[in-house]
Amino acid sequence: MAIAVRVSDVTKVYQRYAHRKQFRTLKSALLKGNLIGELRPDETFSALSGVTFNVWEGSTFAVIGRNGSGKSSLLKVLAGITKPTSGTVEVSGRISALIELGAGFHPEITGRENVFINGIMLGLSKREITDRFDEIVEFAELAEFIDAPVKNYSSGMYMRLGFAVAIHVNPDVLLIDEVLAVGDQAFVHKCLDKISEFRRRGKTILLVTHSLGLVEKLADEAIWLDEGKIQARGDPKKVVDAYLAQVTSREEEALAVAEEQAVAEFETPPPASEPVEDEQSLSKREKGRWGSREVEIVEAALLGSDGQPRHVFDTGEPVSVRLKIKTSGTLKDFAFGIGIFNADGVCCYGTNTDIEQFVPLSLSGEGEVRLVLDRLDLVEGTYFLDVAVHQRDGYPFDYHRALHAFRVNSRVKDLGIYRPAHRWEFSPNISMKPPRDE
Amino acid sequence: MLRNLIDLLRYRVLIQSLVVRELKARYRGSVLGFFWSFINPLLQLLIYTFVFAYVLPGRFQVEPYPLFLFTGILPWTWFSSSVLESSNILITSGNLIKKILFPAEVLPFVVVLSNMIHFFFGLPILFAFLIYYGKIHWTLVFLPAVVLLQLVFTLGVCLFFSALSVHFRDVQNILANLLMLWFFSSPVIYPYLDISPNIQRWLNYNPMTHILVGYHQTLLTGSLGHWPWLLVMSVASVVTFLVGYAFFDRLRDTYAEEV
Repeated sequence: MAIAVRVSDVTKVYQRYAHRKQFRTLKSALLKGNLIGELRPDETFSALSGVTFNVWEGSTFAVIGRNGSGKSSLLKVLAGITKPTSGTVEVSGRISALIELGAGFHPEITGRENVFINGIMLGLSKREITDRFDEIVEFAELAEFIDAPVKNYSSGMYMRLGFAVAIHVNPDVLLIDEVLAVGDQAFVHKCLDKISEFRRRGKTILLVTHSLGLVEKLADEAIWLDEGKIQARGDPKKVVDAYLAQVTSREEEALAVAEEQAVAEFETPPPASEPVEDEQSLSKREKGRWGSREVEIVEAALLGSDGQPRHVFDTGEPVSVRLKIKTSGTLKDFAFGIGIFNADGVCCYGTNTDIEQFVPLSLSGEGEVRLVLDRLDLVEGTYFLDVAVHQRDGYPFDYHRALHAFRVNSRVKDLGIYRPAHRWEFSPNISMKPPRDE
Repeated sequence: MLRNLIDLLRYRVLIQSLVVRELKARYRGSVLGFFWSFINPLLQLLIYTFVFAYVLPGRFQVEPYPLFLFTGILPWTWFSSSVLESSNILITSGNLIKKILFPAEVLPFVVVLSNMIHFFFGLPILFAFLIYYGKIHWTLVFLPAVVLLQLVFTLGVCLFFSALSVHFRDVQNILANLLMLWFFSSPVIYPYLDISPNIQRWLNYNPMTHILVGYHQTLLTGSLGHWPWLLVMSVASVVTFLVGYAFFDRLRDTYAEEV
């Protein structure tokens, strides 16, 4: 198999103008007679550094990474729109870049005229466009509106026409930058079908996307870019896993910092009385902490299966809520409670020892309480944990509201709040291919 | 650079369609539409005639003055609009430059060419007046040569300023004033032969002087007395073009990042 795209040690350095030290004027540039040299400030920023990879002809190659990781810079370098600062890019065959759909459409002229001009810009000849015109219009589903000025199009129509033109350029190498997020579901499926057709015809596709599902579904190979460097490459599933692991650890960090701040903010002084709980403050679920502190919650944490505190969990994982408490006296009337709320403030689950008819006998000194959940069956999202120690009549010793946040991640984008453990069953006459990763 | 110039030939269809688009888009939505291309120069002619034939009459030894004025204003408008428009064409088309791979010089070319088409639209009116005043001379056959000269010169200037303004946005502001100065330093509202030799000596450094005299002579006076200057100018035009193009070419790689 031949190599369609060969990227060798590509580095792209951008200039950071915001921090330019030397003020540059036309006069100084002309006097020194050195416009280019003068245009290079000291402060630079590497969007790509030392990126090397090959894309085999006929394969589908995905690039993933968070915002600002250099994905789009890479695509622009590949498309030839910008030159790499160092390193080389070789592309064999005609290349077409879907970087922005409908870039170059002129709002005042009709869809028909724009198709021609856009097609010519993308490298088609007039003849080729005439031959493919009907196909393009049909694909964009714009037969009725093709003679209307583009400024009257809805944004979906605009994108559809842009995609239709770009895909009909029929390149050997197609670069796609996150453009599949256009249009309604039906159109997205049509685009995906078109891309599959491309693959069948042995064309090379280079895909930049945030849709990890798409990467696993479409790509033969993937790379993960972060801060302009390749972090992982190879089998798409492995690369996606590596990427997700990093996303999780970043979320973990962010949540840990947020929790620390929240707890510190409400540490002192203990409010004299319980705040007024009008309906609004309840629905907004502002962070808060109150109570007499006769019993104090020193620490609240969610533990993973390994017993270590964490903030990010996969759906279905075993989780324990651990409360470390402390009291100076000895108490006979007490209860422990927890509540889990989602980001909208909806109570997903709440319970306490009193509801579950534990009868308090005595509490003194320091201690630990654990609520063990065998499965955390919540759908993906961010959740808040409320923890409390109070008397059975509700008089609070220490109440933490929404101070502890945690995140649940899931491969499956199912809906609602609760995800009961489940499975699908089909009678023999119904044939379904199960999802790849299960 | 030469290879780029040859490459540009491949893009002539794109240039052509962009020029057509420019012309179509310009007047779309206006009631008179395409007729504005004729009405605009006519209105301009009326204003200048009013000022110089009635408010400040008898300044210049040329008859009929409105016709003289019109002969100069048409090519001058082509030149000055081209320079002004091309000075921000790369910036306003930033989206294209950043998203689609094509030679950026197509854009200033389109500006100059679509303004040239506008100039052509004004010519029938000019010819109508020439016939009305009985001023049709055989020297008319040299008109295309003068037009070509101006085209090459204008392209060079526009390429230079379009590239420069990407890095120095101030250029656009300077240009508006520079063009005003340039207008009064060119024989548009006054005849070249009317000015004192002292000043003429300085005006000879202005390429537009010779181009405009070229128009005046081929169209109005039917003489070719200025041809030695025009020969010099044809060399100067090509040099201007090559310098402008080289400058544009040198900065090419910076456009996608700067606009």
